[in-house]
This record gives sequence, C-alpha cells and structure tokens, in this order.
Amino acid sequence: MSGPLLEVKDLTMHFPIRSRGLIPRTVGHVPAVDGVSFSINAGEALGLVGESGSGKSTTGRLITRLHQPTSGQIIFDGQDIAQWSSRQMKPLRRDIQMIFQDPYTSLNPRHTVGEIIGAPLEIHKLVPKQGRLRRVQELLEIVGLNPEHYNRYPHEFSGGQRQRIGIARALTMQPRLLVADEPVSALDVSIQAQIINLMKDLQKEFNIAFLFIAHDLAIVRHFCPQIAVMYLGKIVENAPREELYTNPQHGYTRALLSAVPDMRQATVGGRRERIRYVAGQEEITPATAS
Amino acid sequence: MTRPFLSVENLVVHFPTPDGVVRATDGLSYTVEPGKTLGIVGESGSGKSVSSSAILGLHRNTSAQVSGRIWLDDVDLLTLSDKDMQARRGKDVAMIFQDPLSALHPYYTIGDQVAEAYRVHNNVSRKAARDRAIEMLDRVGIPNPKLRVDDYPHQFSGGMRQRAMIAMALINDPQLLIADEPTTALDVTVQAQILDLLQDLQSEFKTALIMITHDLGVIAEVADEVLVMYAGRAVEYGTTKQLLTAPSMPYTLGLIQSVPDLSSDVNEPLRPIPGNPPSLLDPPSGCAFAPRCTFKHLVADGLPDTVMPELEEIAPGHLRRCHLKEHDLSKLTPLAVGDVA
Repeated sequence: MSGPLLEVKDLTMHFPIRSRGLIPRTVGHVPAVDGVSFSINAGEALGLVGESGSGKSTTGRLITRLHQPTSGQIIFDGQDIAQWSSRQMKPLRRDIQMIFQDPYTSLNPRHTVGEIIGAPLEIHKLVPKQGRLRRVQELLEIVGLNPEHYNRYPHEFSGGQRQRIGIARALTMQPRLLVADEPVSALDVSIQAQIINLMKDLQKEFNIAFLFIAHDLAIVRHFCPQIAVMYLGKIVENAPREELYTNPQHGYTRALLSAVPDMRQATVGGRRERIRYVAGQEEITPATAS
Repeated sequence: MTRPFLSVENLVVHFPTPDGVVRATDGLSYTVEPGKTLGIVGESGSGKSVSSSAILGLHRNTSAQVSGRIWLDDVDLLTLSDKDMQARRGKDVAMIFQDPLSALHPYYTIGDQVAEAYRVHNNVSRKAARDRAIEMLDRVGIPNPKLRVDDYPHQFSGGMRQRAMIAMALINDPQLLIADEPTTALDVTVQAQILDLLQDLQSEFKTALIMITHDLGVIAEVADEVLVMYAGRAVEYGTTKQLLTAPSMPYTLGLIQSVPDLSSDVNEPLRPIPGNPPSLLDPPSGCAFAPRCTFKHLVADGLPDTVMPELEEIAPGHLRRCHLKEHDLSKLTPLAVGDVA
C-alpha cells in the first residue's frame, strides 16, 4: 500500500467579510475551516460530526473542490490537488463524487432520471451514446430502483427514492471517494436505514472510500469505524468509534454524546445527565427522576 | 364522568383534489391531560401535522373537509366561528412550528413578533407588551433580552430563533401547546436544551403538550403517552413505556428497530422497514401497512390485504390496530427492559 487515498493536511478556508457600501472592502475573515488534518484509506469511511457552523460541510466542499482552500494540502492519490485549476480537476472529478443532503433540491426537476444519471457519462465522454441507456439502467438497478423508470422525472419519486437517484448519479463515474454530506438527515427514519444499508453495500462492492458528514451520532457510529469531531472549524477529536463513544477525550465530544436522545430512557423515565460545553468549560446538568 | 382536558374524537381531515380525495386523517381519537405530554409519531404524510393543525383551526374550509369533535375544556373547537376560534388561537392553544426561519417574519423584530400575540389577546399598551416580550425571552434563555428584543430573526442563531418561537407560543400561558417537530432543524446539543426547556416550562405552567416528531429518542425523553400514526390513522396508542418496550404491532416495532442507537452492533446491517408509505389518494384496501409488513404471513386467509383491522385495547390504555393474534405478539422482539445503560 502506498499510503492513504486521501490525506488532508492543515486545511484552512477563510471566508472574507465584506464591508457594506458602494465599494465593498474585505474587513476581516471567518475561519470556517481552521487547520484541519485527517486521512482516509481506500475503501474506508471517516465520519465527520459537529454542530452547524462547525465547518464540516465546508470541509467536504473543499475536498470536492467546490470551494477554493485558503491554504493547506489535499493529497488525493499522491497528488496535492488543493490549488489545482478547474481544468486540472476535471479528470479527477470522476474519482471524487458527492452525495447531497436534500434530495428535493439537488436533482434538476426538468431532467429525467436518465438524463440526471447519464449526464456525467456525457460530460466525460466515457460511454458511447448508444451504451448510455444501458449503463443508466444498470445503475438504477444497483441502487434498487426499477430500471424501466429512466424516463421519469424526479417529482414522481419519494424522498428515499430520490436519494437513491442521487447515489446512482454519484456512482456513474465509479468514484474512489464519496463525500456524503448529511445523506439521510432529510429522510424518514424507516427510509434512513434503507439508504445507510445501500451505501454500506456499495462501499463493500465497489471499494469506495467515504467522508461521511452528519450530525446524527448513532448513524455515524454505525457507518464509520473512525470518527472526527469538529468544533469551531477545528477537529477536536479523531478516534476509532469504540474509543470515541466509550471514552470521549474532549469536552465537546462529551457534551455531544450526552445530548443524543436515547430510546432506552423510556424504561427509566426522568431526564439524563447533560453536559454543556460553553467557551471551553463543561457544565453538567444532573439527571432527574420522573 | 368528566371529559378529559383535550379530547379529539373521530377526527377526519380530507382534501378533495382533482385526482380524488386525499384522506390525510381518518377517524383519529386521543386525549391529553394538563401537564402531560402526548407524542405523535409517524412518517411524512402519516397525517400527524394535518391532524394537529385542525386543533388550531388552521385548515381553510374551502380546501379541507374537517369533521369529528375536538373538545378543549368542554368546548368543541370545530363548532366555533372563525372569530371565536381566533380569540382562542395563540391564547388557549398555541403552536411551535418546525422551521423557525420560515415561521418568523424577516422584516419585523423578534420583540414585535413575540409581543404581537400578547397585544392581540390582551388590552395592553405597547410598552407593557414589550416588557412582557422581554420577560418571555429571558425565561426561554435568550441572553441579554433587553438588547436582543430589537434584533431581527437573521441576527439570531437557529437555537435562539426556536427559543423565540417558544416564547411567542407561551406568552399567553396557553393551556395546550402543540410542538410540530420543534427540534428537527437543530443540532443535538441545542435540541437537548430546547427539550429540557419545554419540559421545565410545562411543569411550571401545567401546559398540556402535543409533541409531533419522528424521533423515537425524543419521544422516550419527553412523552408520557405515544400515538403512532400510519396513513392517516392511529395504529398504536399507549404509554411511552408500553410502546417502546412492548410494541404490539409491526410498524411500531419497525420504527424502533430501524434506528441505530449508541450501543447497537455496528456489524449488523440496519433493519429498515421495506418499501415506502402508501399514497393517501389510493390507500390499500386492507391494513394500510400490509404491503410493507413482514409478519402478515402469520395471519390466516390473507386478512391483512382485504380487511382493515379495528383499533382494539390489548391492555388497559394500550390500543393497537393489527390482525396479529395475541400469541404471535411474542414474535415481535421489543427493546429489552434490562438494556438500560
């Protein structure tokens, strides 16, 4: 093995704050991602958790190069792609694909499912025109949809089915890394499990590495053997899941875990002990009986 | 016998459309007492929000057909005129919506919006309403409320906006509060704070609370009783402990099993409920859940596909809608009681 598939070193992204007025000037910066480092091996999954505004989505968008990093390295397959131009990136976009959170807004309503899934084939001119439909139908079958539905429109599908279409589109190019940004949080619970199982099967079958961005700690624990916790643009803890969940080291991780609602609470009643993490301090609210 | 504080009886909400009648809620009944919390669980399109909006009279009678009875403190809300309903809405009954960003008006300050409900229902000066708004913002944990009262919604974070919504809903000390997925848009840490806050305020004001959610973890932490809805109907109804430890029908079990928790075996695949919820335009002729049910072979004569089961009481206060025989219920493996962390 020649090292990890993806290695991120000291990645930083500063969003400029512009002044109001006729001639906007940059008056400061928001460090959305602030010196983030991690690595993912081929076929493995890294979970990235944190609250909204912690920079986890920005990190995902930096790796897919939808944003331009301010500094740092993104080493994919041995090459630092952090400052590549979009022309240089184009062949690499086959290897790195993205699954988006909202299956309702991430599919073009005016395109048929066949056009949506086939678009990457057209752009990269990999499969001759005659072969495209066959490939699209193959992909629909892989994600558990009826291959005959290629000429339907997104509105004819339910949320879970649409997310399957989004996954099929990401698979079209046989990627080696999938960045999944909250792929199930917009779905009903009974459907979430279907999609998670599908992604797990695909990961095994096609040896795809995942950067799995989510705020649901139970789902991340299920999907990712290694989990990184982000807080205010920094990774505060990065550990194997058993360690992270049984012996969290950082105060913010402990606060996060204490806040997850637990079905087993029904058997004891009352309220669990909660930990709040404010300005580097842990505050503990004791459990109460019902 | 006195009637319960809130008693919904045989509530029906139908939407006629060019494609046919959408049976969003069909024959729903439940009760809530002051100081207690009823959790309503179900997937999108199960009718949980539609039935609750009916309590506030939020359905336009040109587009929805609402029938049944909604008794609140011995008054049937469905018989009230628009004017009488308006006098109660926001005063006796209030609602917290899921998405605070779209429920708050971007052009008005938080203070104006929180105070509005108070000014409408009480003959008070602007100054008094503003003071009351500041008091409520303080109570829901907005730091520095005297300054923040003049902020606009975009200056608040998601959790603070939801707190402002709660302040708005509670400003007239309502007897009944309906919270429609109040924490779905929030981070878990903020969610925990909001749930704790709602429970604190509830025990202080003895408010009856209806908590609509799809998160069974949230249900376990806040609800006294749970109503599980599927395709517009109640399919199981009982105490939180009954439902989560001894579910009596396959849909409830499926919901429980499809959610991983922080101690489940990560090497086992998750156990989703197969298929998708049915269309409310053309619901299955028998049990609505039958097409997705993995237990229906236990019932003789293909009954689930042809006959809709009735809601039956299997233990005091525990109702369910299912064809499965009592002795087959042991095949539904519930959450082990000894499984407490």
